[in-house]
Amino acid sequence: MSLPEHGPRDLEAAAPVFAALGDATRLALLDRLSTAGPLSITRLTAGTKISRQAITKHLHVLAGVGLVRDVRRGREHRWELKPDRLDEARRSLDQISHQWDEALARLKSFVEESPPSSEEK
Amino acid sequence: MSTDRLEKRLVLRAPRSRVWRALSNPDEFGRWFGARLVGDFTPGARVAAQLTIPGHEHVRFEMVVEKVEPEALLAYRWHPAPSDPALDAASEPMTLVEFRLAEVADGTELTVIESGFDRIPLARREQAFRRNDEGWAMQVQNLRRYVAA
Repeated sequence: MSLPEHGPRDLEAAAPVFAALGDATRLALLDRLSTAGPLSITRLTAGTKISRQAITKHLHVLAGVGLVRDVRRGREHRWELKPDRLDEARRSLDQISHQWDEALARLKSFVEESPPSSEEK
Repeated sequence: MSTDRLEKRLVLRAPRSRVWRALSNPDEFGRWFGARLVGDFTPGARVAAQLTIPGHEHVRFEMVVEKVEPEALLAYRWHPAPSDPALDAASEPMTLVEFRLAEVADGTELTVIESGFDRIPLARREQAFRRNDEGWAMQVQNLRRYVAA
């Protein structure tokens, strides 16, 4: 994906991604997929207390906002990350981060440049 | 790959007491932030704020104070986009902002953490910052003149 500018449209587009990320199970699924690569539902369900149906539902939520996709290998479905969408969400947060940097630079100037107040003496 | 929190750390060349005052005194907070604050930073209190940036005076927001530990920690919650008429403030989740201070050799180390983004529609959050930001460049110039006077 090549987005030269991060305009408000990108941010609007990113909002559903953040909503999809706002769930511990889905974040855990993304974490698994990002470290272990494409995995089948069976692999994703193994070792968890969550049902196969629930995992499938969460994967579809993530797929709905373009974070993961279902790849078929023969008869087996496997799920993999679509990193582009995650990058987009990260960029949106980077923009907020940048704005904090600017606000804190103003605070820095404020406390470093203001003369000692008379109350302090 | 956390999308839930932002963390900033910087050293301010000023005593901890000075930095604490710029944060905990609503009047001083407002001066660098660009808002008029009504209320006190005491735990559980609500501080009402209104931007003072020309053209943005209609923007009001509220900070719900969580923790106040003198010269160490100021924490509050706030809403992403206070001026959004579609916002149902009561039901909308807030992010938590924490300012932490520590004394270091050449001044005060400030750590700012904002967390809870994953529960917030991001576009709204961004709009709030953007609105604040437009007038800030001008506001900083005012500030510089103010402190240099």
